[in-house]
Order: sequence, then structure tokens, then C-alpha cells
Amino acid sequence: MRFLGVDIGSRHIKLALVVDGALVGYTGGENSFDPLARCRELMADLPADRVMATGYGRQLLELADDVLTVTEIKAFARGAAHHFPGCRTVLDIGGQDTKVISLDETGRVRKFEMNDRCAAGTGKFIEVMAASLGWSLDEFAARAAAAADEVKLSSMCAVFAESEVVSLVARGVPREAIAAAVLRSVADRVTALAARLPLTEEIVFAGGCARNSTLAAMIEKNLGRRLLIREHAEFTGAVGAAFLARDEALRAGAELTSQTGEGVTV
Amino acid sequence: MSSNDYTPLWQELGLDLDNHAGLLGVLSDAYRGIYLAQANRPRGMAYFDFVISEVHGLRIKEIYEAKRAGRKVVGGFCVYVPEEVVLAADGICIGLCAGAEVGTAEAERFIPRNSCALIKAFMGFKLAGLCPYVELTDLIVGETTCDGKKKAYEIFDELTGKVHVMELPHMKGPAGKRLWLGEVARFRETMEKLTGAPLTLEGLRHGVAVVNAKRRALQRLSRLREADPAPLSGLDALLVNQVSFYDDPVRFTAKTNELCDELEERVAAGVGVTAKGAPRLLVSGSPMAIPNWKVHAIVEGSGGVVVGEESCIGERNFRDLADEDFVTVEEGLMKIAERSLTIDCACFTPNDERPGNIAALCERLRADGIIHYALQFCTPYLVEAYKVETSLAGVPFLRIETDYSMEDFGQLKTRLEAFIEMLR
Repeated sequence: MRFLGVDIGSRHIKLALVVDGALVGYTGGENSFDPLARCRELMADLPADRVMATGYGRQLLELADDVLTVTEIKAFARGAAHHFPGCRTVLDIGGQDTKVISLDETGRVRKFEMNDRCAAGTGKFIEVMAASLGWSLDEFAARAAAAADEVKLSSMCAVFAESEVVSLVARGVPREAIAAAVLRSVADRVTALAARLPLTEEIVFAGGCARNSTLAAMIEKNLGRRLLIREHAEFTGAVGAAFLARDEALRAGAELTSQTGEGVTV
Repeated sequence: MSSNDYTPLWQELGLDLDNHAGLLGVLSDAYRGIYLAQANRPRGMAYFDFVISEVHGLRIKEIYEAKRAGRKVVGGFCVYVPEEVVLAADGICIGLCAGAEVGTAEAERFIPRNSCALIKAFMGFKLAGLCPYVELTDLIVGETTCDGKKKAYEIFDELTGKVHVMELPHMKGPAGKRLWLGEVARFRETMEKLTGAPLTLEGLRHGVAVVNAKRRALQRLSRLREADPAPLSGLDALLVNQVSFYDDPVRFTAKTNELCDELEERVAAGVGVTAKGAPRLLVSGSPMAIPNWKVHAIVEGSGGVVVGEESCIGERNFRDLADEDFVTVEEGLMKIAERSLTIDCACFTPNDERPGNIAALCERLRADGIIHYALQFCTPYLVEAYKVETSLAGVPFLRIETDYSMEDFGQLKTRLEAFIEMLR
């Protein structure tokens, strides 16, 4: 049987396909003004027997296509546990939500913390700051890594920080240093959130921002712990949702023997 | 909302008719969407549906007529308002409008934007001309439970001219008790001045008996929620608790007991509003005035069931009874004051009883988890969440900080749903 996980985030839609218990394919794309149509378009590339939706837009699929849903908390926990069996802490910095999740020894969610209705410490914050420096996200991360010295960004608010960035540029502060300061503020914010949970030696860093190695290094240093990062970390929620769809089917006693598992192996 | 036309009455009370019609329209839609859409409701909820449909209608007319017959109307926002004393003076005691996001811009002319939703709402309701209750009051009782309310009452008095503030001690030692006893005695004088008649022993006994009967009915309702499956939804139970602040207390008690009779039958027959084994949540913290139903609606829309409210609109309102055994008015007032000091409001320091009370409640209700609910900027509850969480180590615990707006609905839903998933 083929199980599809769909993670409908504020910025991107991510899909992962599991066939016979193995992860075989990914796809994804930017969200649009019509997320449902965008989902269906992306889903057409990975036909499946069962679908599980997660992410802030999960209800769209639940209402329109009667698809099962799960919160991104549980989906990220499941996805992280798939990639790193036995992991006990998961950090996810997504488009709008940043979360830290504690798992018990069986992989169940034990506790979690999320940012409050504010873009500080989220991917959106980084995105806005990168745009105001005139860099793409990848370029932004690379330039931040090359910063010779750092400045301090005093505002956590995306709107105020943007004007602060503009004034720092005007004062002649190197853009690299400003980029590093932006990431530093996100790292500090995330550290404070994580400190509310009992943290383990190794922490899985999932979500789109895990691709930013400069940010990851800062968080690692702040927490004094090792971050486990897998390639395609942004698909962790989709992967988790796909496996949860499979778990659900197993529980319901579904016949899991399938037709041949075709798809793009990664 | 109602088939009767109360427009002349609202006009006489000085309400802003257009805005008021809009408010009732929103309330009516929300009620239909949240309450009437629930499955398998007890028949006994029909009375409470009726009360809500007439919340600014029949009940207002009733109070208006009682007032014309000479009875005094006392309004407040806190369980520390000594309802027994108001009833002893043949007065009517009501909770005032404070549960919706209205008149925000008007309120912000007088109080900071970073005030809690409840304070902003009671100012907003008055300033926007949307609360018929506040217009009917002869006296509004404020209390010093938090800095925000304490200071807002000064302005509220400027706007209404009828605020009497009771100074609530913040420590429960002998000095605090003396202070509160004195405040209850001072409130008695205020009531006597208002009615022009001295408080009688018979009146006070009556007042205590009526309020205790109401508390007993609410205790009975709380005990029925111990059953699995829960015989009524948390939304419905919350509503009954909210209505206890508005309705005629004798009628309310009778109707609540009728509902409990029916719930007893349900429990005996194993009938519930959810499947047996649904995750059971205790909501703890700041009060939820009508129509603040957000958290309960999300929890119960996500497959959980709220089995208790450790809140002023909930257990804190009825957990303890006043001692009915007194032979003088002074002794009666002392018993009333003593009862109110058993309330574990977060305004007290220390407030060590509260975690223990929550643990006991959690056990009795067989709750699987606690949702600690605090209004944004409600410092006492926000700070106390730490002590509650650490002293209840092992009980799944979720902190929520929110207000009356819907802007965080999506995020709140994700958190509450994830918490319920965690408990399954």
C-alpha cells in the first residue's frame, strides 16, 4: 500500500510517499493563494491509497477530501523518530511556528512548547530580514557564516527589526554582520523556548531552517548539545504524516501487501 | 435573538441600538454554531439555551421590573462580591458583561492597550453602550484582586458614578482576615444606605441559604462530570456556570437540579456526550465570562472533553459553602467573610492551597491532563502557572495564554489538538 503525508505549511507544501514501510519519494512546492488546488496538483504526482495531512492548512484537505489529519507536533515527532530512531527531542523552525518537542522512550510526544502568535524566532523572520538585505535565503546563510564580527539586533519584532536592519545598513555596518545578528536573535529565541523542556544530549533539528548551517551552529553552541540534521529536513512533517497514515492502517488491520513500490527513491 | 421587542427598554437604558443589534447577531450566530450544533445534549439544557436567547431580553426586563418595585441591583466581576449580603438586603446580584471583544478602541482611550481582555471588555461594553446590566445597576462592586482591575475601577467610577471597591487582602494571615472582615462590614453599611433599611438576621440567613443552595446544585453538577463517558459537554457545563452569575438564583438552582436529575439517569445508563475513554481535560486558571467559549469549543471539537473548570466561573465559585450556623448579623457576616477567604485566587501570596486543590480535583474528575488557561496580561495566573505545573509533576500540563480575539485560533487549535493527541 502507498501512504502519502502532506504537510501544508504557511510557506511551502511538502509531500512524502511511503510504500511498504519504506520512504520512497518527496515532492513539494511553494504554497499559493489557492492552497487546496496547489495540494491537489502536487498530490497528483504521488498517487496513494491513504493520505494523512498535517500543518496549519491540514483542515483544508480534511474538509474538502475527507483526509485524516494530525497536528504538526505529532507529525514532526514521528518523522524525526523515523530518521533518528530513539531520538528524544525535536526542534522545528518552520515558516510561522517554532516548536520544541520532547518524546518518551517509545517515541510518543511527552511535552511540547511553541512560540506565541509572533514571527520572532521563526523562518518568516529570517525571510523578511534576508529580503531587506537583498539576499536569497541560501545566500543569506552563507554570508552570515562569513561575518567577521557581529552587531547586536535589539528588536525581536519582524517589523521593527526590519527598520533596524535598514538603519544599520545606512550606518555602514557590513551586511554580513547584520545577517549574523539576525540569525543570532533567532538562535537566542529558540534557545529560550527549548530551555522550558528537559533537553537530551542530541536534538533533532527539523524544518526548513535546519538547512541553514550557520543558524544550526549558533543553536548548537547556545544549547551545548549536538543537533542531528538530515538532508531534506523540511520534509520531516510530511514523512511523519505518511508513516502515521501507515500506523493507522496497521492498527485498523489493513492488508499492507502492495503492488510494486514505484516512485522516486531518495 | 428573541421574538419579543425589547427595543424601547434598551433605548431607555441608553444602549447604542445599532451596535447592540450587531452584538446580539454575532452572539446568536456563535451560539448556534458552537452550542446548538453539539450532538446528544441533555434535554435540561433547553432552559439554559432559553436564558442565553434572552440574555439581554427577558432577564433585563425582569430586573427592570424588580427595580421599579424598589429592589436594588448590584453588579460585579468577581466571586468576592458578597452575594449573600446583597440578597439579605433583598437586592439582585449580577455579573456584568466582560466576555467579548467589544468597544476596544473606546476602552483604549482610558486604559493601556496591554490590559487583560476582561478589563478591556468591561470598559468597552460600558463605553460602547452595549451592556444593559451595567445600566441597571445601583451599585457596582469592584475589588482589588489585581492591579489592572484596581486602577480601572477608578476610571469606571468616573464613567458610572457607582463603584464601591472592596479591598481584598493579598495575604491570608490574621491582619488580612481582619481587613476583609472590615470590608464585608463596610459593604453591609453601603447596602443599608442603598436600601435605607438595616440588614436583618432573618434576611442574612435567607441570603446564605439561597446562595448555598445554588452552590450545592453546582457542586452536584461538578460531581456528575466525574462519570466516563461524561454525561454533558464541558461547553454546556461552562454555560451553566456562566449563567449562575446572571440568572435569578432560586430559579437557577431548581433548573440546575433538574438538569442534574437527568444527568444522573444518563450516568446510570452509561450515556454520554462522547465515547467512553475520550481524553478528559481540566481547564484551570482565569475566568471565562459569556461568551468566552473558545478553549472549550476547540478542545471538544478536537475529540477531547472538558470535565472541570478550576476557575472563578467554576469550582472557585462553589467549592466551599458558608456556615449557616449563626445567631447574629455580625456572626453571619463573619461566616460569609471566612468562606470567601477559602477561595484560592491567584491574587494571594502564598497561594499554596491551589495546587493541592487542583490535584484533588484532577483525581476526582479522573482528568487526563490540565490546560492552564490565562488571559494575556493576567499576571497572577500567568505567574502562578509555574507553581501549579511543578507541584503537579507527572500530570500532562499545557499552558495557554490568550485573549478573546480569534487571531490565534489556528495556533491554539494546533496546540490543543496536539495535547489531546498526546493523551490518547
